[in-house]
Amino acid sequence: MIPEIGQMALVLALCMALVQSMFGFIGAQRGDTAWMRVVRPAAGAQFGFIALAFLMLVVSLLRSDFSVLYVAQNSNTQLPWIYKIAAAWGAHEGSLLLWSSILALWTVGVALFSGKLPLQFISRVLAVMGVISIGFLLFMLTTSDPFQRLLPPAQQGADLNPILQDPAMAGHPPMLYMGYVGLSVAFAFAIAALIGGKMDSIWARWARPWTIVAWLFLTLGITLGSWWSYYELGWGGWWFWDPVENASFMPWLVATALIHSLNVTEKRGMFKSWTALLAIAAFSLSLLGTFLVRSGVLISVHAFATDPRRGIFVLALIAVVVGGSLALYAWRAPKLVSEDGFAPLSRETLLMLNNLLLVVAAIAILLGTLYPLILDALNLGKISVGPPYFDSIFTPLMLPLLLLMGIGPYVFWKRDTVGRLLAQYKLTVWLIAALTILIFVWLWRDAGLVATVAAATAVWVLVSTLMNLVLRWRRHQLLTRSVWGMTLAHLGIGMVALGIAVTSSLGIEQDVTLSPGQSMDIHGYHFQFAGTRDVTGPNYQGVEALIRITRNGEPVTELHPQKRVYDGNSSSATEADLQPGLFRDLYVALGQPLGNGAWSMRLQYKPLVRFLWLGGLLMVFGGIFAVSDWRRRVRATDTALSAGQRAVARG
Amino acid sequence: MKMLPFTIMTLLALLFALPVFAVDTEPGLANRHLEQRYEILTHELRCLVCQNETIADSSASLAADLRAQVRSQLLAGKTDDQIRQYMVARYGDFVLFKPPVQPNTWLLWSGPFLILLIGALVVVLVVRSKTRILQQTHSGRAEDERDN
Repeated sequence: MIPEIGQMALVLALCMALVQSMFGFIGAQRGDTAWMRVVRPAAGAQFGFIALAFLMLVVSLLRSDFSVLYVAQNSNTQLPWIYKIAAAWGAHEGSLLLWSSILALWTVGVALFSGKLPLQFISRVLAVMGVISIGFLLFMLTTSDPFQRLLPPAQQGADLNPILQDPAMAGHPPMLYMGYVGLSVAFAFAIAALIGGKMDSIWARWARPWTIVAWLFLTLGITLGSWWSYYELGWGGWWFWDPVENASFMPWLVATALIHSLNVTEKRGMFKSWTALLAIAAFSLSLLGTFLVRSGVLISVHAFATDPRRGIFVLALIAVVVGGSLALYAWRAPKLVSEDGFAPLSRETLLMLNNLLLVVAAIAILLGTLYPLILDALNLGKISVGPPYFDSIFTPLMLPLLLLMGIGPYVFWKRDTVGRLLAQYKLTVWLIAALTILIFVWLWRDAGLVATVAAATAVWVLVSTLMNLVLRWRRHQLLTRSVWGMTLAHLGIGMVALGIAVTSSLGIEQDVTLSPGQSMDIHGYHFQFAGTRDVTGPNYQGVEALIRITRNGEPVTELHPQKRVYDGNSSSATEADLQPGLFRDLYVALGQPLGNGAWSMRLQYKPLVRFLWLGGLLMVFGGIFAVSDWRRRVRATDTALSAGQRAVARG
Repeated sequence: MKMLPFTIMTLLALLFALPVFAVDTEPGLANRHLEQRYEILTHELRCLVCQNETIADSSASLAADLRAQVRSQLLAGKTDDQIRQYMVARYGDFVLFKPPVQPNTWLLWSGPFLILLIGALVVVLVVRSKTRILQQTHSGRAEDERDN
């Protein structure tokens, strides 16, 4: 009964999405208020039905109802209850349901927090979001039904993929989806503005907070994913340029560009059509990411060809969304010309360069991700595009971006001069010059040129961002929460860059074979292997090693890396253990047993690796600050606008 | 169509093939220089039976064989290029994570720079036209606008 309720709820949600879109588009076109008034309640009802469907899936999982195919494939009676819930997005059908639920959540958010926008505009926004929802609900109902029954029911379920049985990984997909789907809001705003033909700065002011929220979830999702792969995948890597990672990184890059370009549109009324194009691109890349991950095309083009229904559906959806919005853009965008100018040295120019570098980086990653698939599909050869390619393309694009980021916040809008900058910020310039020399002296011999340059640029960002804040404070300029947000986000990037530069050049990684009692020295740390013992978990058996680490005879810590075999599907996994530290991690992962109690293992010393995720968190906090400022700014401009209108009326 | 669930399960199994990282038991290479070349090479070669893993990180037996192969060829005094060529001769370009520059990868390697070039050109043109607008609208001294 419960799964059928879920299925019915999905069908009803589809009906509501249809109502939402039809009444939204037609009502807005005719200017019919009665029709447009239907749109918000329809969005609310749609959300209610999808939430009900999601709840029904969770209930089926919690009850271990193995007559539901999805539950039988992805859950197990022995699974801890929290992972039974996480199983709701552990595989294809469930994650689509999560996608739709989050879309409905964002839709309701927009419907609720858009009171002051014109009804016609908001009807179009909600109508566009309704169309996306229709696409995904149809996708689910026709090819990927999470509530499909299994007859006869299974006695016991296959387990949830053990990789996902981890707090960070369980939370990773919802965060990423919040980000992916959140970009649909900026997309819908852009499309609505294009349809209406009015692309003023009000549009940007309203789209920006939603974009920042989506961006901060995306940032959090990527950070969680990186942190998870670091301690869970077992070899201490934190980024692999895997197509699945790229799928989330491309929208992030474009969303970052979008936030900056929205800033220009909002403050200066420029770059309107470019901003709209970025909004379309960011969401299109989210859809593409969903397609890449969900269609199986990444495993092999041929695997995709044997079961093409799902892939083709998403491809068609992308074609409709991207094609439709680009056609609309081509038709409407030339109308959006601004008549204001700026000088070659100005905030506007620097932000254009920021957009250029971010977008080119995203396109390069897109090229590297799709290229092997396209070659293979066209029978032009089978090649691999991996980390060496991406590193060599991405690094030269990011270093200038970091340099720009250090300068940008100092430069005036409209026009500025090198003379003024040098005269007013002498202290910052000297400080950075001194630190750069120090870094070269300290790092060059050990870390090599590229890493040293990267570390120096990272420090450049950190110092100039901090100095900017200090100088604003000393000059009694207003430190709004937007300024704090920008500062935190830029500091976060600086930390990430510094972490990457230092850990990838100075980190030490050693594969060794140790018998109980033997030891190994790495960077002054003495790793001693004390032996192993058997362990039993709720749904796995395993072996746990004890490694004692000392430094100069002083105990530092004890690490307990494990090797596990899960009962459900007898797959095995490496559970590395590590001692985190602000400035360095010590990391041990078990390899294979080699008889007589000896084990192969990998010992690692990883300096500043924490900066990667701390920096990510700092960016998230920056986003939160920036968004929290939004209500005040909107109120301020509304007051200014109405005061202006009054003045006009009186005059 | 009957094969469908099976196909999906296989795909999922492949997708979720568990990470069990690899450590070899052979003694280290003779010197630090060889060790570094070994590190770089094994991180550039793809484990052909795995899901997007280098032979350095994979625990598959094929990856272990390839690592042993790299090790013995390094010890035999082969250059990095000779080792790469050996791998490509046996397994094709697919084995290289850093694709070689050749006709079917020209677009891959040049694409980002071409786009950067075109983009930079557009930026220059936009900035020039905007500067002209600025000069026309503000013939006198322009009032600078500060950020809040």
